[in-house]
Amino acid sequence: MEPVVHLRDAVALLGRFPALAGIDLDVARGDVVLLRGPNGAGKTTVLRALAGLVPVVRGEAWVLGHDLRADPRPVRRRVGLLSHATGLFEDLTVDDNVTFWGRATRAADADVEAALAVVGLSGPRRHVPVARLSAGQRRRTSLACLLVRRPELWLLDEPHAGLDGTARDLLDGLVRQAVEEGATVVLSSHELERAEALAHRVVTLDGGTNAGGDPVPAPPAGARSLGSVPPSEVSHVA
Amino acid sequence: MWRDATLVAGRDLRVEARSRVTAHQVVPFALLVLVLFAFALDPDRGILERATPGLYWMTVLFSALAALARSAALEEADGVRDAVRLSALEPAGVFAGKALAVAVELVALEVVLGAAVVVLYGAEPAGIGLLAATAAAATVAVASAGTLYAALVSGLRARETLLPLLLLPVLAPVLIGATRAFESALADDPVAGWPWCGLLAAFAFVYSVAGALAYGTLLEGT
Repeated sequence: MEPVVHLRDAVALLGRFPALAGIDLDVARGDVVLLRGPNGAGKTTVLRALAGLVPVVRGEAWVLGHDLRADPRPVRRRVGLLSHATGLFEDLTVDDNVTFWGRATRAADADVEAALAVVGLSGPRRHVPVARLSAGQRRRTSLACLLVRRPELWLLDEPHAGLDGTARDLLDGLVRQAVEEGATVVLSSHELERAEALAHRVVTLDGGTNAGGDPVPAPPAGARSLGSVPPSEVSHVA
Repeated sequence: MWRDATLVAGRDLRVEARSRVTAHQVVPFALLVLVLFAFALDPDRGILERATPGLYWMTVLFSALAALARSAALEEADGVRDAVRLSALEPAGVFAGKALAVAVELVALEVVLGAAVVVLYGAEPAGIGLLAATAAAATVAVASAGTLYAALVSGLRARETLLPLLLLPVLAPVLIGATRAFESALADDPVAGWPWCGLLAAFAFVYSVAGALAYGTLLEGT
C-alpha cells in the first residue's frame, strides 16, 4: 500500500536556516504517529512541511501521492492542520468563523452544523465573538474548522495544549473516530502519556533530524484499531 | 473566482460591521482632515473653493491607507495566512474580495466626505455623471493598487510605515486624474474631464489584473 507520508532525507529551510536537516518518515494510511523531541527538534516544521506550508528543498517528500517538491497545492486541500495559531478572526463569532472556513474549503453548511455540534459549540455560544472566548473554546473552534474540512491527513501540533480534561477526551475520541474512518494522523505533543496512548508509533526527533540517525521502521501494513495497540508495540526511533 | 471573491468580501465587511473601525475611526479622521484644511485655508475662501477637488481626494487617499492597513491586518492575524493557503480559495478570488470590500468602505467614505465638502467648503455639485464615473474608477484604482501593495509589504516588520511610502507615489496618477476630472465636473465642463476618467479606468484595470495575477505569489512568498 502506498504510504500517506514518505519523507527521505528531507531538508527544509526557514529563511536561510535549515529547520529540517534530513528527516526520514513513513506513515501508512490509518496510522497514528507521534513526533516527540525537545523544543527546536523540528516537530512543528515537519508538520508544516507535510501540510505543504514549508518548502522541502532537498530529498524526497511525498504526501497523499503528491510530490510536495513539485507542487504542494493539491496536498493542502486534503490535510487538516491544528496548531497554536488558530486562524480565527477575533471580531467574528464562532459561527461566522466556522462557516467561512467551511465554505472556503467547499464544505456543505450541514457539515458546519455537525462540526459545531461535535465540539460542543452549537448552542448560544456559537454567536459569541472569538475575542470573548477562552483559550480552550478557541481551540474547540479551531477543531471545528478542522473537522469541517474532513481531512485525510490530520496534522496536530500540540493538540492538547490549552484544553481541559473534557476537551482532551473529546479530541482523543475524534482522532480515534477519524482513524477508524480511514484518516491518518501525525501529531506532536509534550504530553507524552496521553499522546502515546493515542499513537501507534513514536518517532523521536532532535536537531531537525531523526534522533540517532537510525532508519525509520517500515510502516504498518494497514489501519489498526487504536485501542488494540499495546504500549509495547510503540516503536522508538532513537 | 467570483464565488471566492464574494465570500472574502462578505467576511471582511462583516468584520468591519462588527468592529466598526471604519465608521468609528476612519470616517472621523477623514472629516477632521477636511475641517483642518478648512481652518488652514479659510482666510481666502477662493483658494478653498478652487482646491476642493484636490483636498477631497487627498483626504480620501490618506483615509484609504487606514482602511487598507486594516484589511491587510486581517490576513496577518494569527494563522490566517496559513489557513488561506490550506483552503480551496483561489488567490485571485481572495484579492478581488479584499479589494471589493475596501472599495465598498471607500464609497461610503466618499459619500460622507462629499456631503462634508458641500457643507464645509460650499462646493456646488455639477456634472453628476462625471463625478460618479470618476469616483467609481478612482475607488477601484485605489482599492486594487492598495490591496496589491498591502500584500507586498505584509510580513515585513516595517509594513505600517512602508505601505504609505510605497503606495502614495503609485497613487499619484489617481490623485491627479481624479482631481482634474472633479475640477471639470464642478466647473460644468465635463468634456475636459472624461479623458482623465479614462486614465483612471485604465489604471484601475491594470492594477486589478496585476493584483489578481500576483496575489498567489505574494501569498506564498511573504
